[in-house]
Amino acid sequence: MNWIALKMLTGDQGKYYALICGVTFACLLIAEQSATFCGVMMRTTGLIQDIHGADIWVMNSNVRYLDDLKAISDDAVFRVRGVPGVSWAVNLYRGMGEAQLASGNFQSMILFGVDDASLAGAPIHMVVGKVGDLQIPDSILVDEAGFHYMWPGEPLQAGKVLEMNSHRVVVVGVFRASQTFSTNPIAFTRFSHAILYVPPATRMIPFVLAKSALGLEPADVARRISQQTGLKALSKPDFVWVTMMYYLAHTGVPINFGTTVILGFVIGCAVAGQTFYLFTVENIKQFGTLKAMGLSDRRLVGMILLQSLVVGGIGYGIGVGLATVYGIIARKSFILLSFFLPWQVLAITALAILLISLLSSVFCIRRVLILEPAIVFQGG
Amino acid sequence: MPTDVVKTSGVSCQSVTKEFNRGAARVLALQGLNLQISPGELTLIVGPSGCGKTTLISLIAGTLDATSGEISVLGQDLVHMSKREKTTFRARNVGFVFQQFNLLPALTAAENVAVPLVINGWTKAKALERAAVVLKSVGLADRMHFLPAELSGGQQQRVAIARGIVHDPQLLVCDEPTSAIDAKSGQVVMELIRGLALESNRVTMVVTHDQRVFGFADRIVSMDDGRVSGEQRQTPADANHGTEQR
Repeated sequence: MNWIALKMLTGDQGKYYALICGVTFACLLIAEQSATFCGVMMRTTGLIQDIHGADIWVMNSNVRYLDDLKAISDDAVFRVRGVPGVSWAVNLYRGMGEAQLASGNFQSMILFGVDDASLAGAPIHMVVGKVGDLQIPDSILVDEAGFHYMWPGEPLQAGKVLEMNSHRVVVVGVFRASQTFSTNPIAFTRFSHAILYVPPATRMIPFVLAKSALGLEPADVARRISQQTGLKALSKPDFVWVTMMYYLAHTGVPINFGTTVILGFVIGCAVAGQTFYLFTVENIKQFGTLKAMGLSDRRLVGMILLQSLVVGGIGYGIGVGLATVYGIIARKSFILLSFFLPWQVLAITALAILLISLLSSVFCIRRVLILEPAIVFQGG
Repeated sequence: MPTDVVKTSGVSCQSVTKEFNRGAARVLALQGLNLQISPGELTLIVGPSGCGKTTLISLIAGTLDATSGEISVLGQDLVHMSKREKTTFRARNVGFVFQQFNLLPALTAAENVAVPLVINGWTKAKALERAAVVLKSVGLADRMHFLPAELSGGQQQRVAIARGIVHDPQLLVCDEPTSAIDAKSGQVVMELIRGLALESNRVTMVVTHDQRVFGFADRIVSMDDGRVSGEQRQTPADANHGTEQR
């Protein structure tokens, strides 16, 4: 009966396309809203994502998220290096600096200080200059958005001069950074410079970056570091997750935005479910005819499920495709748009569409199962 | 309970009652109806609207359950059959021709005719092969790939008849088969139905309001107020000249 079910589904092209459109819209809504939500959440961890090279972050055991800065001892880096499985470890400064521009205005900056010798952790997506230019005395790299924020209307260029904590600082390069919630420019310099560019009260070592030895899982090495040093050590993905969870649990932004996502999800479910249910209701006489002719309930259920899953599958494919295209176009058009479509969103959307399809099928199946086959004798 | 039938058995209704609940009201559609129908003859069920004709054929076709009484169709006790057994019984033994044709609009004529065979487990290819033969027998060999919407009312009803007999059922139930088509097509349809009744010795029942087709019947059963109010037998000769009596 499968071919009959599919022909019934596609026979009336108007209804069929309306059905596909309904599920596609639902899928697009769910995927787009979820991806936007993920994009917003990724902003909370943009600074972690931008630190390249290291796969383990070591910090004070009381740190709850990236911006929760707490000092660790100066010898922490040596203790981490002594842990078996650690390939290398370096200090990472992260704090807030105050820069005075040539115009006399002051601008707060998120300041990173990377290892002087290796420059481990420095950005890799350079727009102007190169990372190695950090070896030039008094040099600093600033992010693209930060450059435009401090020098609006001016082309990206090296050579801009700032003053930080009474030290002359020269911008030697511009890099592309991940989006964050903050509007403060992000700057990278060498560790030895960073501690000079901030007031003495904030001169501390908040993080040690480490790299696990080849063939070892960063999470396993991080556990070993924690056990042997008493410090908190997390693999990069774990630190991303911990930071994200902190924002989820302790700030109102995700919760408020989550309401919109849930609303989109519910509307998507309602649209797709109702569309499919109406399709079945409109075909009720056809199902009644098949029932009268002796088609068993089991096979009728199979037909409805097949129709539902086919519509769900096609709607999912088109919906996810449209969401992806939307993300690509919108990100090119609106640089500040948050859109991140990981496989988990695709999986959740697939699950949602499957649930919608099955749920609407249940209502349709119930309607068909209670249908008296004698309905076919009622004319009209 | 077996659902294969003894081919010579007809239909027997004894003291059949059917009651419907319409909100708080109870409607007695059939009131102790008695009826015997033999195979190999065309029986018309006639009567005013609401007299219980459609309820009667629904019960005999196994699409509705009687409130009380005994119904034996093709040697099978329908009253005591389970729902699943009735479904199987209908699939194997009952052919339907509906007032509004009830063809599946997305399927071609041949595919529509093949449906009862597919329900009975035939493969699509074999079912379509058989459907083509039956469509040819009803004069629609050149229309088998047409969708119902591309056929006239009379042609659609002939497709429906082909669908009703493609699996060689021993009971053919027709509900107002001529009411949605013009007089000329109605004549063709009734000639077809009569021929099918005679050639396969099947039980053929036609519910109708259409007095123009009375002449095709071997027997006319009149109903009123849920009971059989009278019946008239016609000789085969009368029946064969049915069109002249209209």
